[in-house]
Amino acid sequence: MAGPNVVATPLATLEKLLIESQSQRFWKHVEASSFRIFCALVISFVTAIPLGLYLGSSRRADRIAKPLIYLTYPVPKIVFLPLVLLIFGIGDLSKIMLLSLIMFFQLLITARDSARAVSKAAKYSLKSLGGNRWDLFVHVIWPSTLPSVFTALRIATGTVVAVLFFVESIGARYGIGFYILDAWGRADVPQIYAGITVLALMGVVLYETFDILERVYCRWNQL
Amino acid sequence: MKTSLIQNSSPELIRGTGLTKSYSTEQGLIRALGRVDIVIGGAQTIALVGPSGCGKSTLLLLLAGLEKPDSGKLLFKSTPLAQPPREIALVLQDYGLFPWKSVRSNIELGLKIRRETIDWSEIMELLNELDISDKLDAYPQQLSGGQKQRVALARALVLNPTLLLLDEPFAALDTLNRERLQELSEKLWRQRRFSMALVTHNIQEAVRLGQTILVMGGTPGRILSVIENHEACAPEYFGTPYFYEKCSQVRTQLESVA
Repeated sequence: MAGPNVVATPLATLEKLLIESQSQRFWKHVEASSFRIFCALVISFVTAIPLGLYLGSSRRADRIAKPLIYLTYPVPKIVFLPLVLLIFGIGDLSKIMLLSLIMFFQLLITARDSARAVSKAAKYSLKSLGGNRWDLFVHVIWPSTLPSVFTALRIATGTVVAVLFFVESIGARYGIGFYILDAWGRADVPQIYAGITVLALMGVVLYETFDILERVYCRWNQL
Repeated sequence: MKTSLIQNSSPELIRGTGLTKSYSTEQGLIRALGRVDIVIGGAQTIALVGPSGCGKSTLLLLLAGLEKPDSGKLLFKSTPLAQPPREIALVLQDYGLFPWKSVRSNIELGLKIRRETIDWSEIMELLNELDISDKLDAYPQQLSGGQKQRVALARALVLNPTLLLLDEPFAALDTLNRERLQELSEKLWRQRRFSMALVTHNIQEAVRLGQTILVMGGTPGRILSVIENHEACAPEYFGTPYFYEKCSQVRTQLESVA
């Protein structure tokens, strides 16, 4: 039966969070996790989105890349963890790389499919105005795919926060994942719940940030 | 094989000789155009009519430089047409407006891309004429079909084209809006005197706006007959007995093609 040894009340969790928020160490955990997520977001975004848009706009490039993507996409990226640790070491870099790898495919596939869905009429329209390939990218492909990119970012965020816990359980001294595991080792149930709450809040903040950015940059899509 | 040559008054803008075009689809090769000869020049208007799938829109895309013919020669001002020329503007059936850009951004996009000066006082005159000057900050999805078509016309006309190509421009509009826009097109043509080629399914529209009416048909599509209609675009022409006489002439031709 679940009892106080397993379940912390919301009040106990809140109390623990308030106490913890006054310690510098707690904020170091938050900072470490935030830094890893932020870096992974930037790396996956700047690599996957341009590549996805390019593949979606060039049939030839897509034909070449397709076998590789379909071969690697279904593999759960988490199984690459031992390899990533071997290649990048047990520091921040390996954690960031694995998180990036997970987001990379989600963003790549979405960007590619959205770019491919751009209508021929839109391309004709832009070309008839004198636009070249760059104009097509700037004025048609990028803005039309942006809502899908934000959707992919929101979905990827959920996955990344979940995987963050896992990657921070290996060779980490800071991070909310480590914070939760450390509490588990000490059977500090309120701290476990405090850590879970922080992870959930991180997800909410990221989700809301993308929502706000979408409202600002894709106003046309909300009309 | 029968081909038709349309010779308008000089200066000659576009000359297409023996134009053919096919598309490969999942169902196989579709031969859209079969040896079409066409010359467009001077401030004249041409209407292309014919049954669906006879290659009217394909011909318009070739003339706009957006598709390349499989064979034949296509010259713009006596030089091979490789890229969409600056002097040609196109209005598509679904308006071709970008929903992520406001009316203002849509209208100025062509000028921005071509790095031309944007003179908004001049543009506003045109927008007043088109009755959309109060819609500059709206997005296309906030406009009615008629308003969208006016924005598409404005976007094409701010480029000061010598040839305006219209692909079934008023097809999605109700009768009243369609007639208003036909009247507006007539008026703008009289003011600006550009060449105009219009694809339409509507006989009255073809007779109202096309000084030369090309009846297309067959598979692959060809120009099967040419009807001269010099009164088109003239004020008071629409609705006269002569206008309806022309309409029945075009109808007879279309029926024979069908």
